Amino acid sequence: MSSSLDAKSEIDTQPSGDVQTVGGGAQRASSPAGARPKRKADRRKGLEIAILAGPAIIIFVGFVILPVIMAAYYGFFKWKGYGAPTDFVGINNYLIIFTDSAFHQALLHNGIIVVLSLVMQGPVAIILALLLNQKIRGRSIIRVLIFVPYVISEVIVGTGWSLMLQTSGAINDLLEHIGLGAFKANWLSDPKIAIWTLMIIISWKYIGFAVILFLAGLQSIPEELFEAAQIDGASYWQIQRRITLPLLGPTVRIWAFLSIIGSLQLFDLVYIIWGQYVASTAGTSTMATYMVANGRNSGNYGFGNAVAVVIFVISLVIALIYQRFVLRRDMAGAITEKEK
Amino acid sequence: MTTTALRTAARKESVSFGTRFRRAKPFTYLVALVFIAVCLAPVLYIVVGGFRTNSQITNAPSAWPNPWQFDNYLNVLVSSTFWQEVGNSAIAGLATTLGVVVLGVMVSYVLARYDFVGRGAMYALFAAGLMFPMTVAITPLYLLVKDLGLTNNLAGVILPQIAFGLPTTVIIMVPFLKAIPMEIEEAASIDGASRLGFFWRMVIPLSLPGVVTVGILAFIGSWNSYMLPLFILNDQSTFTLPLGVQAFSSQYSVDTAKVLAFTSLSMIPALIFFSLFERRIVGGLTGAVKG
Repeated sequence: MSSSLDAKSEIDTQPSGDVQTVGGGAQRASSPAGARPKRKADRRKGLEIAILAGPAIIIFVGFVILPVIMAAYYGFFKWKGYGAPTDFVGINNYLIIFTDSAFHQALLHNGIIVVLSLVMQGPVAIILALLLNQKIRGRSIIRVLIFVPYVISEVIVGTGWSLMLQTSGAINDLLEHIGLGAFKANWLSDPKIAIWTLMIIISWKYIGFAVILFLAGLQSIPEELFEAAQIDGASYWQIQRRITLPLLGPTVRIWAFLSIIGSLQLFDLVYIIWGQYVASTAGTSTMATYMVANGRNSGNYGFGNAVAVVIFVISLVIALIYQRFVLRRDMAGAITEKEK
Repeated sequence: MTTTALRTAARKESVSFGTRFRRAKPFTYLVALVFIAVCLAPVLYIVVGGFRTNSQITNAPSAWPNPWQFDNYLNVLVSSTFWQEVGNSAIAGLATTLGVVVLGVMVSYVLARYDFVGRGAMYALFAAGLMFPMTVAITPLYLLVKDLGLTNNLAGVILPQIAFGLPTTVIIMVPFLKAIPMEIEEAASIDGASRLGFFWRMVIPLSLPGVVTVGILAFIGSWNSYMLPLFILNDQSTFTLPLGVQAFSSQYSVDTAKVLAFTSLSMIPALIFFSLFERRIVGGLTGAVKG
């Protein structure tokens, strides 16, 4: 218990000493008023905890945890979603998934998206954050504007971009007008290009989030460090490389974590732009679109659940590995309650 | 006293001459402008495209409106479908926000200020939820909602959204509630307030900034949510805006201008909410992520 508390206090913004005082104080608070016997006070405390935490726990467990458990169960059945599942097929669904080349394709695409998201967004976002973290006129309006793509919905992003990227759409027309007609392409349907198109759209939508995150990270670096380095004669770029970047490490690592998990679960954009059938021929299908196309949309709920379990396990394993080896110092305890 | 004053003075000076806040060069402005242009161009394409006619769009896909047409926007604004979808999105968004805020603050209060066995496990349970967006749970979630008889019902969207909104809420609110000084609680207790009374009278008002962040995040999340409504809502009269945009764009796939008008009108509320509360949202998000 106490170790988990220690771990917890680490992820709080409060210094851990404070937390301890607060926690300890809570006990003390009841004792001056505590003329009543201790056991009664304990029962009262238990009741309060139940009243306050109960509803949230019920909803959370019911709609987040339970579905995952249900998926694990249904995944062993061939089931159309009506009545109770009876046609037990063991691990057959999983065998189909792992031998289906469409799933291999989807998994490969997810892998490409994970890597390219990190490579395309990370360095650019860091450079932009470093540049924007200077005295610059209109900082706050800049922050609002670069966040706009992140705030508008995937459906709007998908609809807008797919109209622009049509063969006779605005992008090709624009290229023609500025004399780059040679670069016109079937952005959405050419399997060689489509995944790159998707990556550009993803980068456009999510890079603002990375920049904002890094800016916040940069602002939390103590000023004294820069002063000291400056007094020692370090140049601007030396300071950025030797001090800023290492200290921005935790923020970058957490951003990368969120980006990886998001890439593994990517659904909305692909489904909206490419639809469920075109995605696989254009080479942009993901595990999630595979799940929806072969699960719900074809009425095979047992199979769909099995795919969900596979996505869950892949995400969980990657998340735990990442947490174990990369995030360990940054957010110990938040997810796995690992001891230091 | 004097040393503190001196130190503050020194720090002030270093801020104005420091490397971090060195004055931006024209190059920086150029990069910032290009970046902003890239971020906004597709959005502008949608908004401006709505002011054109279909023949304009077909003949010159990347040109400005000539002349400007207001019919597309007017047509959308007088259509009952659009307003019904706005209504559905608003109901789902507000109910989700209310649920997330009330339940989330209650459970965060327990996690922040009660000492009991299993507190760490409870916190870990909610924190684990952060890792798993709706994608992995959507198929069984749909079956669960169907068993509850809540398909084609906004409640079938609202309840799961509350559940999936709780992890972020807990992560953001717990530090907030921990930061409320113990002395206030002691004083309240000496004055005879119960802990629940303290919760309603002191905790809620004092944690308002956190509550606003959490509420806005929940609202924007719900306003933009696509996958869950896609599974749960099949009846056109229950559609939220994202489903409406998609239905509209396949129904009027030849009427590009109208689709663009519909699309740009549907993003306005989220944009307004965001620009009003940008500081809170960004602060909350980065706080939650950095922990």
